[in-house]
Amino acid sequence: MPDAAGCWGPEPGAEAVVKAAWDALAGVMDPEIPVLSIVDLGIVRAVSADAEGRLSVALTPTYSGCPATNVIVLEAETALARARLDARVSVVIAPPWTTDWISDTGREKLAEVGIVPPPASGKRALTAPDEVIACPRCGSEDTRQISRFGSTACKALHACNACLEPFDVFKCH
Amino acid sequence: MSTDLHREALFGFTLRLGDTSLVLGHRLSEWCGHAPELEEDIALTNVALDLVGHARMLLTYAGELEGKGRDEDRLAYRRDVFDYRNHLLAEQPNRDFGHTIVRQFLHDAWALELYERLCASTDATLAGIAAKAVKEVRYHVRHSGDWLVRLGDGTDASHAKVADALGRLWPYTGEMFERDEAEQALVAAGIVPDPAELKAAWAARVEAVLEEATLERPADGWMQKGGRRGEHSEHLGYLLAEMQFLPRAYPDATW
Repeated sequence: MPDAAGCWGPEPGAEAVVKAAWDALAGVMDPEIPVLSIVDLGIVRAVSADAEGRLSVALTPTYSGCPATNVIVLEAETALARARLDARVSVVIAPPWTTDWISDTGREKLAEVGIVPPPASGKRALTAPDEVIACPRCGSEDTRQISRFGSTACKALHACNACLEPFDVFKCH
Repeated sequence: MSTDLHREALFGFTLRLGDTSLVLGHRLSEWCGHAPELEEDIALTNVALDLVGHARMLLTYAGELEGKGRDEDRLAYRRDVFDYRNHLLAEQPNRDFGHTIVRQFLHDAWALELYERLCASTDATLAGIAAKAVKEVRYHVRHSGDWLVRLGDGTDASHAKVADALGRLWPYTGEMFERDEAEQALVAAGIVPDPAELKAAWAARVEAVLEEATLERPADGWMQKGGRRGEHSEHLGYLLAEMQFLPRAYPDATW
């Protein structure tokens, strides 16, 4: 049924409401890496609905000092409200986010825009000096780290010795 | 020992750690736009952001433990010097880049050993904050440690500067391992790590890097203290005056 304003909301039922919430959240982009949605990034930790269809959404920050966290919460709330969903968004810190939570789609999207996706944490941490990072532009493995701290808290800055281009690497975290 | 006393002691511990993170984070942020090179400017401010992030989590938790309705902002912006409980090391001025790096390394090595142990704390909130922070601090100690080796084992001038800073700052390291009676109870309850064991781990980590940096470990002589009790150097007042200006000029202002 359309509501008083003549708009259709999702059908009642916890499952449908939860799915609608995930769909809405998939449209929220990370403000600092706008090719990734917050779902791709793996920072939407849980979506649940109670008997009345009222949603609880838990987000987790990538880095504890990430200045984008407040903006992300606001944008998630806005997207859920636009989808006519009654949701409460909260921030949880445990368990801590890791780059392993970035989805495969997310990794592909990062590579497409020239950001080297993080290696799986089972491998050696990226900070190890002998880690081989291939250039996202020319594929050469002859690259060097310029700085462990890049344009955002989650990235490091590298450069290719073959094509000379600098590039971002998503840190293994 | 009652739970209420634990709660009060835990408030004190969490406040000290939160204040230390906040004050050091603010100090590092003063390098923004002034670091010797662009990458380092970005690095120092990245570390500053992480530290302020840790402070936010810790002060929020401290406010909950205290139970008087003070949130992170209230604790950060509405307390004066004598209510701050940070280590004196954190408030020491930046001086030159080498001095900043020595201060940061001495702190980072401590923070890493502390957070690694706090991950196993019997207090779930503290363990959660530590699990988040430890991943970032691992990065920090690598950064400040690498620089210390570079500067110590660098030119005569860089060596002299960091050696001088090490001598100046060493007397501020004793405070990191002080525990009062209330905190000893927290140690016994498995909430916070044992300071003696923490100090041994810190010293081993620091000595390894100092050796690589061709720097001599200063002797443990007379140690500065007081920060944990609210007795601070003159430097903290100036730092707070800048940090707290806006919320003091416009109390309760919101965006």
